[in-house]
Amino acid sequence: MARDLTPLFEPQGVVVTGVSSHPGKFGFVTLHNLLSCGYTGNVFAVGREEGTILDRPVLPSIDALPDSAAELLVVCTPASANEEIVRTAATKGVRAVFVAAGGYSETGETGAATEARLVALANELDLILAGPNGQGVTSPPSGLCAQIVAPYPPRGRIGVASQSGNFVSAFLNYASQTGIGISRSVSAGNAAATGLADYLEWFADDPETDVGLCYVEGLHDGRDFFERVQAITPRMPVVVVKGGRTSGGQRAAASHTGSLASDDRIFDGMARQAGMSRAPSIEAAFDLAATFATQPLPAGNQVVVLTTAGGWGVVAADAVTTHPSLELAPLPKDLLTAIDSMLPPRWSRNNPVDLAGGETRDTIPELLDLVAGHHSVDAIIQLGLGIQGNTAALTRGGPFYPDHGLRRIVEFHENQENRYATAAVEASTTHDKPVLVASELAVARPDNPMVAAVRASGRLCYPSADRAVVALGQATRYASWRRDLA
Amino acid sequence: MVTISEAASRTTVANAGVIVSDWATAPDPEEAVVAAKTIGFPVAVKLCGDAIAHKTERGLLRLGIDSAEEVREAGIELLEAARPEDGSVELLITAMARGDRELIAGLVRDPQFGPCVMLGVGGILAEVFADVAFRLAPLGRKEAHDLLNDLSAQALLGPFRGQPAVDREALVDTICALSDLADDPDLVSIDLNPLIVVEGQPIAVDVLVERRHLPSSGTFETAATSGDPN
Repeated sequence: MARDLTPLFEPQGVVVTGVSSHPGKFGFVTLHNLLSCGYTGNVFAVGREEGTILDRPVLPSIDALPDSAAELLVVCTPASANEEIVRTAATKGVRAVFVAAGGYSETGETGAATEARLVALANELDLILAGPNGQGVTSPPSGLCAQIVAPYPPRGRIGVASQSGNFVSAFLNYASQTGIGISRSVSAGNAAATGLADYLEWFADDPETDVGLCYVEGLHDGRDFFERVQAITPRMPVVVVKGGRTSGGQRAAASHTGSLASDDRIFDGMARQAGMSRAPSIEAAFDLAATFATQPLPAGNQVVVLTTAGGWGVVAADAVTTHPSLELAPLPKDLLTAIDSMLPPRWSRNNPVDLAGGETRDTIPELLDLVAGHHSVDAIIQLGLGIQGNTAALTRGGPFYPDHGLRRIVEFHENQENRYATAAVEASTTHDKPVLVASELAVARPDNPMVAAVRASGRLCYPSADRAVVALGQATRYASWRRDLA
Repeated sequence: MVTISEAASRTTVANAGVIVSDWATAPDPEEAVVAAKTIGFPVAVKLCGDAIAHKTERGLLRLGIDSAEEVREAGIELLEAARPEDGSVELLITAMARGDRELIAGLVRDPQFGPCVMLGVGGILAEVFADVAFRLAPLGRKEAHDLLNDLSAQALLGPFRGQPAVDREALVDTICALSDLADDPDLVSIDLNPLIVVEGQPIAVDVLVERRHLPSSGTFETAATSGDPN
């Protein structure tokens, strides 16, 4: 039975300790973030200064907190003060504590003893204890930004739990950049009482979360983590990035197996066995989590690459072919005949389906629907969009705009890009298959109307075909693993 | 932690279902000759004892022996090479398995994740390529198949140089046997190194088991002399 973390992620009222008027201090920043991101519950500040900070009256101590007014306590006071604060807070109706403050086990033996006392206290008082030494929590469905750092991400379906606060921020930055939002995020800090498996278990039951995304550095109990995650992955995909790949433990030399048993290889096997999707980098992890959060799971491994022109299709086809979980689908005869009737004969007549510039106004939307609707196709990677939008941008900014008929053509190009992005989502939704749009414009020109329209549709515009293939490959592997469980 | 003799190691894994090459033990060169004739030439002759974990480094094995006379000579030399610290020793005679493909499999106890089963590509370049993969024990047949699929060198498991593809079910049997052995908490590690693929069948030709405690002597001697699973 998963620990109920609702008071941490959806608290009725929040109180922050250690608030001062210095805008560089964690207490101030936390209060500022709580008051600035749309949280509608009560927010209380506890500090030593009299008067107001950010227009909030400062409570002189936690004793002054009204009863049952705050469920979440965010602790920015020094370690030495916190046991007393936590004990009092519990009497006021606080149910969850996030300890942002450091000075615990990360500092050595004395800190570890302090941490152990804090954990014992939380257990005694039946409090959820997150941290210590963590950056905080965000929960866009409840407007909550209880963290000592930025950013506050857009709302979405990805639940983040990380042993590094910086990587929480990295994931939230990607969320802000791509528009693929976050349901909950938590920096586990020292994970003294609440660990990654606790968060993932709660995410798996959380109606706001569709995919877990976590960064792991070390585990208190690897076997326990394995068993609990293995129980989660049949209903929620979990993406993991592991830090410390190269720190192989010293092992008994008598056994050859022992010398080959690096921490990383065992973690890798464990992750696969638990049904986790291990990503090689932070950005690949986000790509994959975004894929799980926004695309249907592929029903098989047959991929069609669609491209308007050029080498994109060739490179993407190479990436699909060499991926162990994917196959470049042979183009079925009926599909080939159907495409023949839509295009001049110079199209590739093969997969990748290269239009070779032969498309007219409606070709791409029709083709997307046609290919996605074919029973032998499991997923589509669409490349080569954005060209018209790019041309439109140059034209619009040039000295001849809007004369010479330029206004009309610019609008046509921009509308077309919108249609393509919309058609990709429609084909995906209608036929319940992943359709991944990839273009370097996602990064190079995020204002391109195609990129903007993909973003507005709630999908990820992948920055390259290779990244789309890697994400699709892992999603396909997971889907296959999950089917095999049935 | 202690290693046990190859004979005792072979008995341990064979009882769990691992296919090992034909073998017998002998107290002296003359009985070694008898054993070799029963197994059929060519054979390998090794010095066998609980404290002898690394035969190759000490030159304590003779491979590809084709005649009774050579078995006798090898037996004499190996017994003379024994050191006092080797304790009680005997001769181990094994069939020479012939195959172009070598795999490695084993069991190890990880401090974080507990017992883990390994499968990898063996042979002299094994450590260079390190094409190995792990699963946590206990594991089922489907997970064992998944482990096979993790190896990069999938071509090595297919038809190869005129030999049939590796019998994946047999390899899964071996993996599952190692997984079963993890139930014994006294068992620290197992090396099947190498597993030689003979006509598609993976056969363990060298086995090393490491235990927490040395079993009381006698237990394994009895088992070993009767222990020809083939």
